[in-house]
Amino acid sequence: MSMTAIKFVPLWTDVLIYLLVAVIVAFVLYARKREHLRSQWRQVARSRMGMASLVVLLVYVAVGLLDSVHFREAVERNGDNAEVHYSAEVLSVLDVVLTPLRERVEKTYSAPFATHLYAKEMMELPDGSSVRDYPRLDYGGAHLVNPAADRGADILATATQAALQAAAMLLVLFMLVSGVLARKNKLGFATSMGRVLRGRTELPWHIMLLTFGVLLILGMLAAHLGVKYHVFGTDKVGQDVLYQVLKSIRTGLVIGTLTTLVMLPFAVLLGIMAGYFRGWVDDVIQYTYTTLSSIPGVLLIAAMVLTLQVYVETHPELFDTIAHRADMRLLFLCIILGITSWTGLCRLLRGEVMKLREVDYIQSATAFGVGHFKIIGRHLLPNVMHIVLISVVLDFSGLVLAEAVLSYVGVGVDPTMNSWGNMINAARLEMAREPIVWWSLTAAFIFMFTLVLSANLFSDAVRDAFDPRLRKQ
Amino acid sequence: MLAYIVRRMLYAIPILIGVNLLTFLLFFVVNTPDNMARMQLGMKHVTPEAIANWKRERGYDKPLLFNSAAPGVEKFSDTIFVEKSLALFAFEFGQADDGRDIAYDIKQRMLPSLALAVPVLLIGLLVNITFAMLVAVFRATYVDLWGVILCVILMSISSLFYIIGGQYLIGKVLQLVPISGYDGGIDAFKFVILPVIIGVIGGIGSGTRWYRTIFLEEIGKDYVRTAWAKGLTERKVLFKHVLKNAMIPILTGVVVVLPLLFMGSLVIESFFGIPGLGSYTIDAINSQDFAIVRAMVFLGSVLYIIGLILTDISYTLVDPRVRLA
Repeated sequence: MSMTAIKFVPLWTDVLIYLLVAVIVAFVLYARKREHLRSQWRQVARSRMGMASLVVLLVYVAVGLLDSVHFREAVERNGDNAEVHYSAEVLSVLDVVLTPLRERVEKTYSAPFATHLYAKEMMELPDGSSVRDYPRLDYGGAHLVNPAADRGADILATATQAALQAAAMLLVLFMLVSGVLARKNKLGFATSMGRVLRGRTELPWHIMLLTFGVLLILGMLAAHLGVKYHVFGTDKVGQDVLYQVLKSIRTGLVIGTLTTLVMLPFAVLLGIMAGYFRGWVDDVIQYTYTTLSSIPGVLLIAAMVLTLQVYVETHPELFDTIAHRADMRLLFLCIILGITSWTGLCRLLRGEVMKLREVDYIQSATAFGVGHFKIIGRHLLPNVMHIVLISVVLDFSGLVLAEAVLSYVGVGVDPTMNSWGNMINAARLEMAREPIVWWSLTAAFIFMFTLVLSANLFSDAVRDAFDPRLRKQ
Repeated sequence: MLAYIVRRMLYAIPILIGVNLLTFLLFFVVNTPDNMARMQLGMKHVTPEAIANWKRERGYDKPLLFNSAAPGVEKFSDTIFVEKSLALFAFEFGQADDGRDIAYDIKQRMLPSLALAVPVLLIGLLVNITFAMLVAVFRATYVDLWGVILCVILMSISSLFYIIGGQYLIGKVLQLVPISGYDGGIDAFKFVILPVIIGVIGGIGSGTRWYRTIFLEEIGKDYVRTAWAKGLTERKVLFKHVLKNAMIPILTGVVVVLPLLFMGSLVIESFFGIPGLGSYTIDAINSQDFAIVRAMVFLGSVLYIIGLILTDISYTLVDPRVRLA
């Protein structure tokens, strides 16, 4: 069998995400050489809470990055020299990894670990009579002969196997970390292992390993049980909920990060210009952000998204596939959120720069005839970076939460896109069913809560390290 | 003082003009009335006559900025910009797409919004300050540490989960109060109590944490050290000195949101079927009724600017050191 031809389809947000990753890598390389930046990051790295949440965030980011490489598969052709056509469905690397979850679609709702459907159906028995009962699922627990009796034991056996594998992987990782640290600190291997175990290392490796271990066990459980059962059940059209929540990670991350990326240049440039040049420049910039911020955020977002929606629906020819349309809407949502949220940072920066421009070293730079833009680039920008950084990290979790509310209001991401907001929105009707369908909501809650909580804890660690007012105490 | 207030109000005018121009741009230039008509009437199989008819009924058939067909001054006044956009300054909101008078609806819906928003604000303030004070009393102990962690956990839960969870637990499982709906008069109480509880709980995390920071900042100041040095008891220092001074940033923070209470809470109102301005806005967004959205955007910015002016005034009232120049 020959390999199916694929065509990479970089979506707009994919490109921006990898651009963002490149910027972060470049910043890390830049900061490594500069002691004043390193010392602050070292304080973040020593914080247990900060590093534990960083591990969780990195796992989320890894899933999000896998989900940001998109391609279209070639549709099989009969003729040899026929033109190759590509499927209308855009897949990502994550979709390929999750193929078993993606393709095992049931008829409708089914509870977590269920072997039977949620609703009763008329079924024909072999003898010709028909009976109304819960039908077996096509995939969930289909390998069991007698589900009622065997299911518990099967789940337990699979889970044990998964946990053992995870434990073995963790042990290897632990020895690897100890080995590397032993070489670095020129210690014996056993001594190094002991130090890692008791947390006597410079970075809190024991906490990081523990956090990663918990995630590893959960991941292995999901991997082993997920191919046999639907761990979080299935939704209305029978799709695996676990697949949906995993796909939603990218949406959440894109909203949380790209929004900041979009607004940052404007906020920083305008904020510094307003504070530095004063006069009419200040007046114009101040007027702009006061006007924008005086409109209640949700309403401005709603007004803009509604406008965009009309535009998209009257110009269907601009978009190749559904994925492109959904992606465009996601990108515009980021831009719109950016427009409404840059004002706060801009105001902060303006105030800070107004203070800084009176400081001696800026005054003397002016006296020596250094140009305006050189002063801004060399002296002002590095000195307000901590404000930018803190506000970027603080904004992230708020934006992830905002996505859910906006999707509920009807001005969020495209309804065809997997997102926690869309899942919660659907859950409103599911909660009113009898018996209630609680698993979609629960799954969305767990994944969203974990991301937002770790982002909040990480931003606390960053703020503690970078905020000069907190450092004094 | 009076001169200052007048000057601030004059300063608000260009901002409101800016807001007005922005909504005009969004709703009439980027998004032509033709598009609006097509959205309302269904995307396909719309005859040009139906669109023209829809526009005429709502007065959208005029030119945007300049009407060359009209005589004299009406060349400028008989346009969409003047009739639909500038008219907002006179609080003439016009008609919604279903023909109802927007100004009348807004007046009707203000009271239910306030019946929900005011108790949430007051009870929330009381609860948050109490918790923050409690944490501040136990500062730098495990109570403080775990209190802050609990706040972060509460903050990390989406408001939608509080609403869905609370509605399910109290309304459906325990069946203590009706799940949703509203009634005027004294009956409003039993419909409002659940949303109020949920609104307060949803705000505890961020509120307590924010007030704790304010209290701790205040505790670190010189006058508090003097108070300790004088030998005052812990209770006296915290409640007579710290609490009193910390109320300045807390209250001025509250003043800015006071006028916006009229706008109601978007999500809670629509979840619990309370006929306030929040659910009015959500319904308008869902049915793509741009006339209502436009009116609410303008109303919201007017209220926000009033809030800013009130904040500045309240600074001078609570802190005599601040002089308005």
